[in-house]
Amino acid sequence: MPSRALRLGLVVVLAGAMVLPFVVTNFRLFQCAQVFIYAIALLGLNILIGYNGQFSLGHSAFYALGAYTTAIMIDQWSVPYGWTIPVAGLLCLIAGFLFGIPALRLEGLYLALATFALALAVPQILKYFEHWTGGSQGIVLSKPAAPKGVPLNPDQWLYFLTLFVLLVLLVLARNLLAGRTGRAIVAIRDNPIAAQAMGVNTALYKSLTFGVSAAYTGIAGALSALVIAFVAPDAFDVFLSITFLSGIVIGGLASISGAIFGALFIQFVPNWAQDISKAAPWAIYGVFLIGFMYVMPRGIAGAVRLGAARWWRRRAEPS
Amino acid sequence: MDILIQQVVSGLATGGIYGSVALALVMIYEATDIVNFAQGQMAVVSTYIAWSLLNAGAPYWAAFLATLAISFVGGLLLERIVIRPVEGAPVLTVVIVCIGLLVILNSVLGWIYSYIQKPFPSPFPDRPIRIGNVYFGAHDVGALAITVLVLVALYAFFRFTTLGLAMRAAAQNPASSRLCGIRVGWMLAIGWGLASLIGAVAGMMVAPIVTLDPNMMAGILIYAFASATLGGFTSPGGAVLGGLIVGVIENLVGTYVHFIGTELKLTVALAVILIVLLVRPSGLFGRAAVHRV
Repeated sequence: MPSRALRLGLVVVLAGAMVLPFVVTNFRLFQCAQVFIYAIALLGLNILIGYNGQFSLGHSAFYALGAYTTAIMIDQWSVPYGWTIPVAGLLCLIAGFLFGIPALRLEGLYLALATFALALAVPQILKYFEHWTGGSQGIVLSKPAAPKGVPLNPDQWLYFLTLFVLLVLLVLARNLLAGRTGRAIVAIRDNPIAAQAMGVNTALYKSLTFGVSAAYTGIAGALSALVIAFVAPDAFDVFLSITFLSGIVIGGLASISGAIFGALFIQFVPNWAQDISKAAPWAIYGVFLIGFMYVMPRGIAGAVRLGAARWWRRRAEPS
Repeated sequence: MDILIQQVVSGLATGGIYGSVALALVMIYEATDIVNFAQGQMAVVSTYIAWSLLNAGAPYWAAFLATLAISFVGGLLLERIVIRPVEGAPVLTVVIVCIGLLVILNSVLGWIYSYIQKPFPSPFPDRPIRIGNVYFGAHDVGALAITVLVLVALYAFFRFTTLGLAMRAAAQNPASSRLCGIRVGWMLAIGWGLASLIGAVAGMMVAPIVTLDPNMMAGILIYAFASATLGGFTSPGGAVLGGLIVGVIENLVGTYVHFIGTELKLTVALAVILIVLLVRPSGLFGRAAVHRV
């Protein structure tokens, strides 16, 4: 697809996103902020699974780490919330990097299990350190208000904050993946031995990718603590990890736009399912999951790319 | 000492159940390279079928056998109807379809039978078996015996029958098998049927211990996953042995290490497995993956 059309589309979407907070209800804005947050987390997971080929069922752990970093810093030390977001990201970067080192020895399923164990352990560990985390009761925060002089209510402000963070991280991810580093990351997925022969330090790149991926997810977790204004251990169980995984596969592996499609899916489809059938909403959700995979085995982003390419070819052909 | 033996035996009994589910996982993984997240939920469906048959007044062993037959056909049909359309798709796509299947089965069961826990009968007497000073629960011993019986039958099937040989061939080298006239697609379907049958046995053996509800297998699937990884995802015998090891570790840790208790024992069991994995990345008995360069 020509980049001019793509750019035009992006500008239209962005303009829409700027106007949206002034036309819809606060609850819808809250949902949109959630979508942006999920998109950040999915972007991080997609860098790891889609681009680098390392499986993780443990990203709920990093999401929790980010959320609790923010919550504890605000709750215990009254740090201004703006500072907690980079700290959460940095902490998850380090944690992810360190976790990535032993993970180097594990492949495929075995890595999936190691990360799965991490995800399972997190709620229990959070309950164990009750003094800091408030145990199963969790920590209640207050929704941050807009800075003085900005005429926005808290929901509008959080909408713009999450949108801003998402855009920054999207651009960073795009630049990271488009360059030399990105090629190395993808080369490791496609053929680790060949990559090594070309002089890529696979061990370093794999652990670093793990760290970056964890940092994205941690930032998402930090933002979610602010938007929901509440953290509790049971919100970060292994099902969150599975939700993330379905999000990136539905959205489209190894594609940046896939993160946004996936986030829309995991935020809104459960609600629709609830509307369709009160008795068995999850059955409807499951049907949606399977249906999407039948119709678009490469995710929504893959289907969109295919559709756009087809449309463009037809237009380009002389009739 | 007596307590130790008792704990080991009851650990072996639950371990046998983890091992059966792990075996079902390994069978599907060996044949198709996918981990069937819906395996546990399929076992719960089978157990509810058994419950319904028993409630309709069927004698236990008749219901047991009928459930096995229904589960086999059900597993076979699921592969043909749900999994086959995504046969050539990327592995993660199939995994998501399995997750979708899990969610659907769970929700539909809750809808039909409600989420209230139901007692499930054991075919074995209530009276414990006494050997020396040690008492064993009859159900523990019986469940272990049935698990072993299923394993031996399965081993014999794969080792001594033509169909078993064909299934192994289809898993190992689909292209060559197809050239020999083996219908590879159907072999996969039969694999799903057998896995579903093994799951049904595990479900019916575990239901008297944990009582029956739609989420019964969620915890057990996690242990089974751990067992299969510990034993090696490429080794059926290893998966079962892995299950037994996990069962015993879990029980002993819960009994003897007090600050851990029942709350953290899952975490500890998983930590032990992780340490094993770091030393042997393909599990205790698995083949190391060899890549063609």
